[in-house]
Amino acid sequence: MSVRVGKTATAPAFPVAAKKAMQDDQLRRNVHHATSVIRGKRELRVAEMPDWQRLRDAGHAIKDHTLLYLDHYLEMFERNCERAGGKVHWARDADEANAIAIQLIQRYGGTEAGGIEAIKVKTMTSDEVQMNPALEAAGIHPYETDLADMIVQMGEDQPSHIVVPALHKNRHQIREIFIKKMELDSLGDQPADLADAARVYLREKFLRVKIGISGANYAIAETGAVCVVESEGNGRMCLTMPDVLITLIGIEKVIPTFRDLDTFLQLLPRSATGERMNPYNSLWTGVHPGDGPQAFHVILLDNGRTELLENERERETLDCIRCGACLNACPVYRETGGHAYGSIYSGPIGAILSPQLQSMEHSRSLPYASSLCGACYEVCPVKINIPETLIHLRGRVVRENQETFLGSIAPENLGMQLAAHLFTHPDEYEMAQSLAAIGQKPLMRGDLIGPLPGLLGGWTKFRDLAPIPSQSFRDWWKSREKQQHKEAR
Amino acid sequence: MSESGTARAEILRRIRTKLPPQTESAAASYARVPREYTQCGSLDHEAMIDLLIDRLVDYDSDVLRVPKGGDVSGAVAGLLAKKGETRLIVPPQVDPAWVPAGLDLLPDTPPLKTDAIEGAQAVLTPCEVAVASTGTIILKHGPVQGRRVLTLLPDHHICIVREDQVVESVPEAFARLTGTGDAPLTTISGPSATADIEMTRIRGVHGPRRLSVILIGL
Ligand code: SF4
Repeated sequence: MSVRVGKTATAPAFPVAAKKAMQDDQLRRNVHHATSVIRGKRELRVAEMPDWQRLRDAGHAIKDHTLLYLDHYLEMFERNCERAGGKVHWARDADEANAIAIQLIQRYGGTEAGGIEAIKVKTMTSDEVQMNPALEAAGIHPYETDLADMIVQMGEDQPSHIVVPALHKNRHQIREIFIKKMELDSLGDQPADLADAARVYLREKFLRVKIGISGANYAIAETGAVCVVESEGNGRMCLTMPDVLITLIGIEKVIPTFRDLDTFLQLLPRSATGERMNPYNSLWTGVHPGDGPQAFHVILLDNGRTELLENERERETLDCIRCGACLNACPVYRETGGHAYGSIYSGPIGAILSPQLQSMEHSRSLPYASSLCGACYEVCPVKINIPETLIHLRGRVVRENQETFLGSIAPENLGMQLAAHLFTHPDEYEMAQSLAAIGQKPLMRGDLIGPLPGLLGGWTKFRDLAPIPSQSFRDWWKSREKQQHKEAR
Repeated sequence: MSESGTARAEILRRIRTKLPPQTESAAASYARVPREYTQCGSLDHEAMIDLLIDRLVDYDSDVLRVPKGGDVSGAVAGLLAKKGETRLIVPPQVDPAWVPAGLDLLPDTPPLKTDAIEGAQAVLTPCEVAVASTGTIILKHGPVQGRRVLTLLPDHHICIVREDQVVESVPEAFARLTGTGDAPLTTISGPSATADIEMTRIRGVHGPRRLSVILIGL
């Protein structure tokens, strides 16, 4: 199995990457600016909706229901999609998905020297399976056509946000990338100049390239239709102009009925970009003679998702509609940006999704990349309880660590075992407390405890610690009782 | 069995073994999904049209109102004249009464070649339904509202909306679209736009740069 969520396997742990990100002031300024703008717009657009909480309840319930009957709906989608002229493929993992895509592209595009080209609509799922490097290795040139994804691709960078993947770059940085990669002599630095350059560069590709690759926001079981939500029109181009369309869909993206779209198309745009509705949504069913691609292939991707179905807490993670609201709301994401998470899914949703998809093999530090403030839960349009899941996963990390020999003799574990023992043995607890009150004296700096040695130093590196008082509450209570007793006599 | 066939069986098997056993049918469980959000709007017709206009203008669209039986072709001519556009595409079954005279008209019969579409300046279509609360126009592609490419490549899309096609809420629009068949749908809310560069909204990236809406009265 090769379950992948971007380059997680080789990425440094969150604390290491975050430290580096925190030192990049430009990056932090860019991320702060972008997330503040979207948050402001989102709040405005959500406040317009008196039925917002009821929409969230419906969204959550539809997703929960669909996942409980996932096999039923996937088979229904497959049937209806093929009835309308599409072809459905199934991929267990990243390698299988890439292999299917490569086979299809070579079947339609040939294998002649010089390579085949494909145009791509923004799809996080293809980043998840690292499709672009796989295609390139097979001699296929994929062009990202979403402005932000194109910036990331041209900058040989990684996406740092699931909705606005290049929000960590400002326009001067983007201009530099465009001048170099589009081989331009001159280019203005206004956002409109940059968008115009992208328009000219991509129009030629839209009109010429014969193979399109997309993701999907929704796959509708009832009708076999597929839905892509976007703004720029690059999506419409990739879904309309090529002869062949390949759509990669995570199995959790299926929804039961056409009508369910009315829930999600209200929740998604307002949460994602703070718009009442995004400029374009495309919905298509199979193949239409004379209109759009005449060959349509869907790849249904598992890549670790089925592992999350068993446990109710973990299953909820698959409700995510990838709006990015939790990223914009998260104080940790806002300081570090997306790259620190080392996975293409960053922010709170990344912190729970990435480690789970990979059966906690990689990104084990991510469940700790959160302040548990609850902001992500509050904004999530489908009410995923991210804080609860973070705690659940922290528990899993600890349990799994304890099961290893090194983990079992690690100072944290021994310390926790000692604490557990003391908490259940009151006499020993009191003894330990009075010993500690004496033992801490050499560490006191004024009224507070300064830097602690060894493992405990992590806690005191950026904050002071209040000391254990010389008289404990229990001692005080006992003496108070004695006192009252005396007075009563 | 093919590779993909094996993968299919295995993914379905994984799903079935991981999920807790269900005691009720999918349909019965689905019926219990709470949908207490607003299904229907409450505004009267004029207020709803005002809302639609407000939303369209907020998204940089041009809006014109024409009374029933009024001069639609004159309105179209006026919109085209603003930027001196003459090369206009029309889908096969567009109402000929809407089309002004004296244009370099490009009917999509037989289907136009891509460079002809690319060379046109504007396209004229009706729509299927419009949503006032979000300023969204929904096209159902076919001989009346055109193939998808027709409203994609030209810079200017002129869309005719009859006021009886306007609904207030998104759920009402989807209720109207339910059961209308397999034709591709495109929902349009203003001209194409991006905010990928420093969150500044820029119009007309890849799709039409301008959207004009002509509302025909009841
Ligand atoms: S977890 Fe919720 S808020 Fe975060 S991206 Fe997914 S749907 Fe949006």
